[in-house]
Amino acid sequence: MMGTEGSLSGEVPVALRGEPGGGLAVAFWATLKRDLVLLLRRRSEVMNPLVFFAIVITLFPIGISPDPQLLTAIAPGLLWVAALLAALLSLDSLFRADYDDGTLEQLLLTPQPLAMLALAKVAVHWLLTGLPLALMAPLLGIMLALPAGSYGVLAISLALGSASLSLIGAIGAALTVGLSRGGVLLSLLVLPLYIPVLIFGAGAVQAAIFGDGVMAHLAILGALLALALILAPLAIAASLRISING
Amino acid sequence: MWAFINKLRSPKWFYAISARLQPWFWAAALILIVTGTVWGLAFAPADYQQGNSFRIIYVHVPAAFLAQSIFVSMAIAGLVFMVWKIKVADMAAAMMAPLGAAMTFIALFSGAVWGVPTWGTWWMWDARLTSMLILLFLYLGVIALRGAFTSRDSASRAASVLAMVGVINIPIIKYSVDWWYTLHQPATFSITGRAAMPMEMWAPLLIMVLGFYSFFIALTLMRTRSEILRRESNKRWVRDLAGEER
Repeated sequence: MMGTEGSLSGEVPVALRGEPGGGLAVAFWATLKRDLVLLLRRRSEVMNPLVFFAIVITLFPIGISPDPQLLTAIAPGLLWVAALLAALLSLDSLFRADYDDGTLEQLLLTPQPLAMLALAKVAVHWLLTGLPLALMAPLLGIMLALPAGSYGVLAISLALGSASLSLIGAIGAALTVGLSRGGVLLSLLVLPLYIPVLIFGAGAVQAAIFGDGVMAHLAILGALLALALILAPLAIAASLRISING
Repeated sequence: MWAFINKLRSPKWFYAISARLQPWFWAAALILIVTGTVWGLAFAPADYQQGNSFRIIYVHVPAAFLAQSIFVSMAIAGLVFMVWKIKVADMAAAMMAPLGAAMTFIALFSGAVWGVPTWGTWWMWDARLTSMLILLFLYLGVIALRGAFTSRDSASRAASVLAMVGVINIPIIKYSVDWWYTLHQPATFSITGRAAMPMEMWAPLLIMVLGFYSFFIALTLMRTRSEILRRESNKRWVRDLAGEER
């Protein structure tokens, strides 16, 4: 990650007024580790989006038709939309617990930039939601009669795309964390912004099925991620400040 | 420059200056819209392919222009509010949002009505219509977020951040929807090519666009003025004003 050079190479940065020292990298890793530990101790919360993903995918053959040909045609879009909704569901809790117990205020008071600490929290969200969803998607792809060659592309496109989804979604989560019933509002704010990622993500899988060039789609997904990685943390930090001071 | 910005900070100054500007914009809007409507509906020649149904362009295109411009103006007003803490900018942004949503709806509705004679259906997943629909969702998100906060200051800042995030995303959404549309292109007629339009059709359209813009400015000035009175109702100058008029 950014700014890791100074402190990891051994030279301890000067601590501010004798506080237990640490630069940006230390704070970043500490936030990352803390959130990972907290979430891994509440396993059910990590599992819920995955179970949701599987259930939603089960609904479609039941609701539409078990015909494999029809399912193949709609599978890329279905898998992507279902994964997107599953990732969205878990967003509401991204900052909620930290907002309720005051941790967020402490993060605001640290000398390190809030944007980077927020990025660590978003990274945890991706590691425990986006990445497992991406790994699980090929399994559900088999159930939707997705052709054999496209599983790798499905997983890669979801892994890349869900990182952007986590970043964009975190802006919405940060804006609504102070509201008591932010859940529906959050999806209202975030879903329109998800559309480009959905287009290129589902497009990549479709291209893999039809044997077209997959790299163009994946490259654009990567470009969207790069853009989100730069801009979203700033927006998340600004939004968190609004939610806390308000 | 700074003196000017400091002046802008004062809602009282804005209230006075907008009183002088407002009649001009109302007059321009009235003259341009009446001229454009009469010219466009009665005197412009009928389209050789679409007949008289093309005349809906005189509402559709100006509304679509405004729909996009208002979102950009809203984001700029949000930026001005966040950077210089100019409250009038936020009041204007708050007043613009419903107007923008209304214009987006008008553009969508007139597009749908236009679709019946040209495409034979009310709705088609055409690239422009789809990005308009997403724009409508973005507007609704900004309006909903502003309404969700109890503190006015948080609401203003949150809406400003969301408008700025949205305005960065609008071009991305637009281009990805275009890409998506070219991938899935069904057989369609394209709406009359802009460049191929003869002067007699094009001139009233330009007049209508200018008229719609004047209308937007006039209405925003008027609504911002009443919002100033509402928010500043406990200030001395507003009370003096009310006393004067009583």
